[in-house]
Amino acid sequence: MDVRSQVSMLFHLDKCIGCHTCSIACKNIWTDRKGAEYMWWNNVETKPGTGYPTKWEDQDIYKGGWEKKEGAGAIELKGAGKFKGLKNIFHNPHLPIMDDYYEPWTYKYSNLIESPAQDDQPTARPVSLVTGKPIDIKAGPNWDDDLSGSPDYARKDPNLENLSPAERDAMFQLEQMAFFYLPRICNHCLNPACVASCPSGAIYKRGEDGIVLINQKVCRAWRMCITACPYKKTYYNWSTGKSEKCILCYPRLEAGVAPACMHSCVGRIRYLGVMLYDADKIEEVASADEKNLVDSQLDIILDPNDPEVIEAAKANGIADSTIHSAQYSPVYKFVKEWGLALPLHPEFRTLPMLFYVPPLLPVMASLSTVKNKAQNDKLDPIAKKWDDDWLYDTSTDELWGTIDDARFPLQYMANLFSAGDTEKVSIILKKMMAVRIHRRGVTVGDLGDEKVNGALSDAGLTAEEADAIYYLTSLAKFDDRFVIPPAHREQAIEMLEDTADVKGSSGFGFTERPSRGI
Amino acid sequence: METLYNFLFIALPYVALTVFLIGTIYRYKGTKFKFSSLSSQFLEGRKLFWGSVPFHYGIIFLFFGHLIAFLIPGTVIAWNSEPLRLVILEVTGFVFGLSALVGMVSLFFRRTTDARIKVVTSKMDLIIELLIIAQIILGLWIAYGFRWGSSWFASVLSPYLWSIFYLNPNIEAVSNMPLVIQLHISLAFFIVLLIPFTRLVHLLVPPLHYLWRPYQRVIWYWDRKKVRNPKSPWSVTKSQNN
Ligand code: HEM
Ligand code: SF4
Ligand code: SF4
Repeated sequence: MDVRSQVSMLFHLDKCIGCHTCSIACKNIWTDRKGAEYMWWNNVETKPGTGYPTKWEDQDIYKGGWEKKEGAGAIELKGAGKFKGLKNIFHNPHLPIMDDYYEPWTYKYSNLIESPAQDDQPTARPVSLVTGKPIDIKAGPNWDDDLSGSPDYARKDPNLENLSPAERDAMFQLEQMAFFYLPRICNHCLNPACVASCPSGAIYKRGEDGIVLINQKVCRAWRMCITACPYKKTYYNWSTGKSEKCILCYPRLEAGVAPACMHSCVGRIRYLGVMLYDADKIEEVASADEKNLVDSQLDIILDPNDPEVIEAAKANGIADSTIHSAQYSPVYKFVKEWGLALPLHPEFRTLPMLFYVPPLLPVMASLSTVKNKAQNDKLDPIAKKWDDDWLYDTSTDELWGTIDDARFPLQYMANLFSAGDTEKVSIILKKMMAVRIHRRGVTVGDLGDEKVNGALSDAGLTAEEADAIYYLTSLAKFDDRFVIPPAHREQAIEMLEDTADVKGSSGFGFTERPSRGI
Repeated sequence: METLYNFLFIALPYVALTVFLIGTIYRYKGTKFKFSSLSSQFLEGRKLFWGSVPFHYGIIFLFFGHLIAFLIPGTVIAWNSEPLRLVILEVTGFVFGLSALVGMVSLFFRRTTDARIKVVTSKMDLIIELLIIAQIILGLWIAYGFRWGSSWFASVLSPYLWSIFYLNPNIEAVSNMPLVIQLHISLAFFIVLLIPFTRLVHLLVPPLHYLWRPYQRVIWYWDRKKVRNPKSPWSVTKSQNN
């Protein structure tokens, strides 16, 4: 057992309101500069939709991630790697280009100020931030915001692949339309495809906390990581000729502050904490069979309260403070203790360390599929005037039926979070529903103990667990959501310089300006 | 004439090699951030394919051709003793030369006409690309007009180049060469001189070590086990990073 620690993340999608505050916080701190204007290390997309860059999930186009060939035991990079990468180094056929993201622009505001008096209103024309010339804006980083059902975006979502035509149609009927938001950052994977694809060896995973970084001095713009990352979370800076990616705000983490996107999150959907995992198993888990993908990816995470794990962690040099953080990690609770969260696209086999609680809300079934007369009769008489298809079931008579006949096909959720296995998603949704029923029992008290307890035991939860889930979901304070391990900066500093040598001097740092090569 | 030859074939090579060595080492050590292939594919991908691929395959073949004739001239001469083999070698070289030329010319047009690419084009990019075009044209001219280059390079030019590295330059042979060849030699040294001041530094860092390293890379501040071991103070092990 080779125990290592990973700062991992959890996004609770039921709570995301799609406000993009996270994206803006990140942009203002890290990517508000030339060459990085188009980069959104944190972006929020509407699902169903094509996302950013367009159709990033479609690996037939972008060739990202790892693949396990039929019959082969080992996995290989789909579009990069030692042979493919070096062969394509002069021109990478799978590289997304700027138009797959969008051409960044600003407006010529000076037109408004400097305009002479005239009959017509002056306009601030959009100008490209690359060429400086006027452009017609064709796309933006969140162009598909709230456009569920639209032919250009939602219907081209790669995750609709194995949905039946009827299911698809049902999703896009105007009256039935449902959508949710999917905020994305780098997953700081355990088996990162970006690291494996870099010919220079510029990308690495930090041993202490698992953050994946690109050494800007070693990157030589061979641009293979951009193809290899299946989440398209490495970006090419067209001005400096270096690739860049989310750094999980490591300077903030080292100072004990939550990453900017998480700190600013309006919906408080974000959680961060340490997970201990067994690095010996990475290869085995990454090459697991399709049907075991999710289970084995969750199995690699170790129980931080298990004495054996603690001992192995200590022997491996993991600090006591880190082990302690792991024991209080909110991410561990959601993912392992309660089994409420799944990784995004586990089939890419990078072992992402960002987990999602799938959204329950748009999932409820429409009455036409539930076909419950008693329920129909109970409904609000005004609501009844509308077509039955329009209504969805908010009653608690049919507890689990509504989840299985979800208005938002379970298959769609499963394509996102469990490599197509609907069972995995439906267990989670049942648990979430059970927590709601339990809380309704506590606060409203109209359901009766039998029903509430039945729901809990069906979902495999105790009342205490349900309360704990409720607390961490709805009431959690800052310190509950972000359990940040002390970073032991003294080690980081010692790594660069002998602190005794520079005692009393003005400190240390990078002296080279990051300016473009000639 | 003599002074000019001394300048072109003795002074220039030494200046070029010195500037190249000191310049690249300085740039690598001092401004490592600027070592990059500065790929522009992100801004424009289609035209790049028709330029970069033929150019690089062509130029790298020619580079190794020149290198082999310089390092092991005897072998090349032996190979050429059979006329058919000589012709095969020459024709292959010529085809790769054409490929490099076509590639570089289209890269140059891309650099000067595409609106996005113009933004990331420096003066030095244009200068070096023009020089490379000139150098390839000279090379093709020599291959076509002064047959058979692969033979006389090995027997005449190789000794001259060696004499430079032995610090005992012998320029008699090159002084009597036709003007085109003299230009090709001088331009070659001039390009070497310019390498540290251009994007050409990328050709010094081909990522071949990728073939040998394991796919995943994890970097620790210190050897993490030693940090905990009280018997060995951790400042003994410096990390490999930085
Ligand atoms: C040693 C192996 C080499 C590798 C791996 C390599 C790789 C590359 C790469 C990745 C690019 C960027 C292409 C892009 O825009 O995406 C590039 C551009 C370039 N390379 Fe190389 N190269 C090599 C050797 C050479 C040599 C020997 C020369 C010429 C003497 C050369 C001259 C150039 C030039 C002039 C460009 C700029 C092309 C343009 O965008 O206009 N390279 N190279
Ligand atoms: S999400 Fe992409 S960039 Fe981030 S670690 Fe994984 S492979 Fe690398
Ligand atoms: S700030 Fe939070 S709630 Fe708002 S879009 Fe981002 S993740 Fe969602």
